Amino acid sequence: MESSLLKIKNLSVEYTVNKYTAKAVNNLYLEIGHGECVGLVGETGAGKTTSALGIMRLIPDPPGKIISGVIEFEGENLLEVSEKKMRSIRGSMISMIFQDPMTSLNPIMRVGDQIMETILLHENISKVEAAVKAQRMLEMVGIPAERYNEYPHQFSGGMKQRVVIACALVCNPKLLIADEPTTALDVTIQAQVLELIKKLKVEFNTAMLMITHDLGVVRDICDKVNVMYAGSIVESGTVEQVFDYPQHPYTQGLFKSIPDLDTDSERLEPILGMMPDPGNLPQGCAFAPRCSKSIEKCRTERPDIIQLDDGHFVSCFLFSTEEE
Amino acid sequence: MKINKTKRQNSHMQEIWRKLKINKVAMASLIVIIIILFVAAFGTYLAPYHFAEQNYDKVLQYPNKIHLFGTDNFGRDIFSRILYGCKYTVFIGFGATILAAAFGIVLGLLAAYYKKLDNLIMRIMDVFIGMPGMTLLILIIAVLGTDIKIMVLAIAISYTPTFARVTRGAALSVINQEYIEACVAIGANSWRILFKHVLPNSLAPVIVQFTLTAGLSILLGASLSFVGMGVQQPIPEWGLMVSDGRSYLRSDWYMSIIPGLAIILVTTALNYIGDGIRDALDPRLNK
Amino acid sequence: MVKDVLLSVQDLKKYFSTSSGKLHAVDGVTFDIKRGTTLGVVGESGCGKSTLGRVILHLIPRTSGEIIFEEEDISDVSSKRLHELRRYMQIIFQDPFSSLDPRQTVSNIIGEPLSIHKMVRNSEDYIKRVREVMDIVGLARRLENSYPHELDGGRRQRIGIGRALMLNPKFIVCDEPVSALDVSIQAQILNLMQDLQKERQLTYMFITHNLAVVKHISNEIIVMYLGMIVEKAETKELFQNQYHPYTKALISAIPRIKTEKRQERIILKGEITSPINPPDACRFANRCVYAQEKCFCCAPKAEEVTPKHIVACHYAKEINGLN
Repeated sequence: MESSLLKIKNLSVEYTVNKYTAKAVNNLYLEIGHGECVGLVGETGAGKTTSALGIMRLIPDPPGKIISGVIEFEGENLLEVSEKKMRSIRGSMISMIFQDPMTSLNPIMRVGDQIMETILLHENISKVEAAVKAQRMLEMVGIPAERYNEYPHQFSGGMKQRVVIACALVCNPKLLIADEPTTALDVTIQAQVLELIKKLKVEFNTAMLMITHDLGVVRDICDKVNVMYAGSIVESGTVEQVFDYPQHPYTQGLFKSIPDLDTDSERLEPILGMMPDPGNLPQGCAFAPRCSKSIEKCRTERPDIIQLDDGHFVSCFLFSTEEE
Repeated sequence: MKINKTKRQNSHMQEIWRKLKINKVAMASLIVIIIILFVAAFGTYLAPYHFAEQNYDKVLQYPNKIHLFGTDNFGRDIFSRILYGCKYTVFIGFGATILAAAFGIVLGLLAAYYKKLDNLIMRIMDVFIGMPGMTLLILIIAVLGTDIKIMVLAIAISYTPTFARVTRGAALSVINQEYIEACVAIGANSWRILFKHVLPNSLAPVIVQFTLTAGLSILLGASLSFVGMGVQQPIPEWGLMVSDGRSYLRSDWYMSIIPGLAIILVTTALNYIGDGIRDALDPRLNK
Repeated sequence: MVKDVLLSVQDLKKYFSTSSGKLHAVDGVTFDIKRGTTLGVVGESGCGKSTLGRVILHLIPRTSGEIIFEEEDISDVSSKRLHELRRYMQIIFQDPFSSLDPRQTVSNIIGEPLSIHKMVRNSEDYIKRVREVMDIVGLARRLENSYPHELDGGRRQRIGIGRALMLNPKFIVCDEPVSALDVSIQAQILNLMQDLQKERQLTYMFITHNLAVVKHISNEIIVMYLGMIVEKAETKELFQNQYHPYTKALISAIPRIKTEKRQERIILKGEITSPINPPDACRFANRCVYAQEKCFCCAPKAEEVTPKHIVACHYAKEINGLN
């Protein structure tokens, strides 16, 4: 809470193909404290993955471009450091794991060697020492060290994801970005992997940015959550604040439209309409066209971020001080 | 309130044409081919001289105002011969390719859809592919004669396996798609599935192959004539013309080079069109 | 009461031959579905639920067992009769992109069943009927001549639903119809499917791995594991009382949105065993905390442990303190 590990201020990212420009991320504000697990939720096209790639400076240019913003990591603006410095940060200070374990691992390299490769890139130790470290890491993610010499295709989806997690955490990064890490996995395997992530988070004291569209996963492992829509954060706060007392109409709509195991509803209440085309965002609040509570102002101006309670923020005119 | 996205939906053909028009190289090549086809059709009437008209006074002239491409060793106007020979080139090249495509597409579709036929058809195709092209052709022609129709048939047989392979490959990946399963679920019979769903979606690589093969057929026809197994004198088939000029390359290069360039022009244009059509046909490119 | 049953499946099996042996994809599945209701089929990858749906519709040939549709035994039906039956038994696919022919317009895709079964006299009739269905599934008329790639997942799925509805079927196999859609679109499609069911007395077999969705839409649920039914019960009953160890683990594994209901998670050990040449034993035994000797040498039969609640486990009663 005092000094944050990561602070994103006013980040905007655009993709331009031919004459079409998509505003993937618009004036994003995001904060992650040391050891905190922060969720970033939203539907497809909200801009979550682009934000993550932005932090890692992995946005392909062309067609992507970071238009504005500051990404402060331990005081340094990542958007201004050299590529060499960035490479030393990736994998050792900030790691990322992706959704599809099938394609995240090199199919022709033994799994143990893949972990070892990460170590050797960042630490000045011998190959033998690195191999030992890699083996220990495998054990920590629940894979017997004897499987060091096996290839990815010999592992199931859940096990592959564990290997990916091992690669990501072996250099003890301060921040782990996980982009839909369990979406492609079966429910019972997802449970195993989430338990593993929870355990490792505690052991390594790693901060996490958990990107997902699954609200249940967020509730399970995150401390704080940010709800993203059309490239911006519409609501953020602790998980209790946002899940038990959602304020933004989009967040509320989201909860009402999801079938939940613990509530019995005859009929779901879908949010009408669709997410706007990022190349053709409406003037004003991006959610206004679908919002049942929108007022005149919503269509012409973009709302600022307003603080509701301690740490609970919302971006909506319904809460601006003038209304009160 | 829905965001207004008015998009007039063009018909499929219009869409393809629109996309093709944007491709400048393809359009230029298309124009070239249209000109070639025109010349093939009307070359006989456009030629200032008869292709066999020999004139011993004007032997081996460099290209000049009267004889735009010069004259050959018999004093024949090369420009006229090019114009006249065009239709042979076109007939052989396109004719053989159309035949090869017709046979090959049907065989490829059947092989892809009916597992039991697959092995049989593809092994037969392998036999043909295994034979070196020119040897096969020379064999056929030696047996059946040098009539131009035999040439076309022989070249067609040569390229049928290629079409069968390409079609089969494309069709296989289409058949694996769920929408084919959906067709079965709504009660479509095999013919409908093959020709209304599988074939149209397998066309892209086949069309590219068509243009490539057309170019290769032309080359093959020219090669046959070059070695004397194809069209016979005095017909001004371009390959034969290249052969005629062999002995004069040092001094009177235009005898061989000009028909050679003509062959290259047509083949290259066909390739560019093939690329352009393939890109235009993919409904997923250029949203 | 028997007339109420639209579809009955008896000991249905589907085995695939592989180079390493026979793959038991569906291994002796028995259930009934009453007209106008939804049977949810849940399970994780490799449980055979998708294969089950396709075998019932004869998209894949069965290995053995019976399929009885409206009291007619269609297990070995002639291709002519199958063609007629296709009007009554349809399928909605998971992937809204690969299940639509990219070269056909919306109108062509939805109306194709009409052409195949020769149910229209002229093109006016065709267009009229296609438009009717488009209205029913919520597709704007102006999209008639659009191509699938021009539309988003939700609309594409509506096209798939329209195509399935065109011939007025009685039974629809829904293979993960909302899994590939965004959360807010899922709700729209689920509501649509529920409305259609009410209006047309449709019977659904709803295959999914998402338990929250299956709870919402099903009347009865079967839980599958490696080709067999491990538990079957009415929805409410199943979510209140899970008797099979796998079902218990499955339901406890789902991350909850509301904290009050947080419970200790059962984490399964080990991995799913191979469906190729499975031994005669309980297929879940190697991962089960309650497994005894008997479980490893003898496959349990599905038995009714409480009224209308069926479990395939040797120790179902003991584990749950019943009787």
